[in-house]
Amino acid sequence: MALKVEHELHTRRLNRNVGVGLLLAGFIALVFGLTVVKVIELGDANKFEKFDHVARPQIIPQDEGN
Amino acid sequence: MGDYFALLKPRVMSLVVFTALVGLLVAPVGVHPFIGFLAILCIAVGAGASGALNMWWDADIDAVMKRTVKRPIPSGRVQPGEALAIGMALSGFSIVLLWLATNALAAGLLAFTIFFYAVVYSMWLKRSTPQNIVIGGAAGAFPPMIGWAVATGGVSVESVLMFMLTFMWTPPHFWALALFVKTDYGDAKVPMLTVTHGRDVTRKYIVAYTVLLVATAIALGFTSIGGPVYMAVAVVLNVQFMIGAWKVYKRTDADCDADNHLAERKLFKLSLWYLFLHFGALLFEATPIAKALPWL
Repeated sequence: MALKVEHELHTRRLNRNVGVGLLLAGFIALVFGLTVVKVIELGDANKFEKFDHVARPQIIPQDEGN
Repeated sequence: MGDYFALLKPRVMSLVVFTALVGLLVAPVGVHPFIGFLAILCIAVGAGASGALNMWWDADIDAVMKRTVKRPIPSGRVQPGEALAIGMALSGFSIVLLWLATNALAAGLLAFTIFFYAVVYSMWLKRSTPQNIVIGGAAGAFPPMIGWAVATGGVSVESVLMFMLTFMWTPPHFWALALFVKTDYGDAKVPMLTVTHGRDVTRKYIVAYTVLLVATAIALGFTSIGGPVYMAVAVVLNVQFMIGAWKVYKRTDADCDADNHLAERKLFKLSLWYLFLHFGALLFEATPIAKALPWL
């Protein structure tokens, strides 16, 4: 006699879990893809580089820097 | 998973995807292919969500009618609460993601479409008026307008006429079917025009809506998304449709029994091609092939 018997319920649960897992993976891929496209569509890197929370003296206007 | 997928009414979804895609592609503004794909996915999921909410609300009706008794909820394969949860979750998912990917107007129109189908049609009109199919048809007419809004961020005469085309097409399409298919809507206490007002009144309504449909289809040909190919297709199809509707109008129940509803069946079959070919012609007009044709 097998030590571990696979019940039909476990098979059904496995199917559902795999389905949910694939949906979540798909969702992550969609959001990641959307992020990449949105960033690329900005074109000029300066538009979003300014907001990376790192001090960058080169973006401070000249009169403030002096 | 198959039962959950069936909740989303995949057959209805295919029409939604096609018309939304046409609305998106005929717009004068280009969209990044990934954004376009995501937008169509959101519109399809939104349509599926409204289907799930419809099945949740109509489970009592579905259990009575032969055509729908095998649906996931009346057959016991999916619990009503699960359908409600799936419908609400997918509605939220599709609206928010469409907003993030495109713009507030497209997301707002999708939200309104889901609300219209689930609440205005399913919960209110379907059980209270024989004009249910007319007003409920608006929900199926919004997708090309959403597709257009995804690309342009606005509403225009073109997108309104694409909406009107599907909106005016729904009544003659559905009532032609209702004239030859014996349904059990009566058992489910859903008022259908053929039952509440009779078959002769239904025939009159078919002609009335066909006149409005023809006017809408031809008007679309004069907008920026129309063209000679669309106009040629529209003229042929609308002449055929008008003749078909007139033949149905002139018939009696005895005529229908004699030839097993031949004219009604023909009109219904034509209506399927009618919508597909109109939107197909609009799509063709947006391709480089149409723009390269010698007469343009």
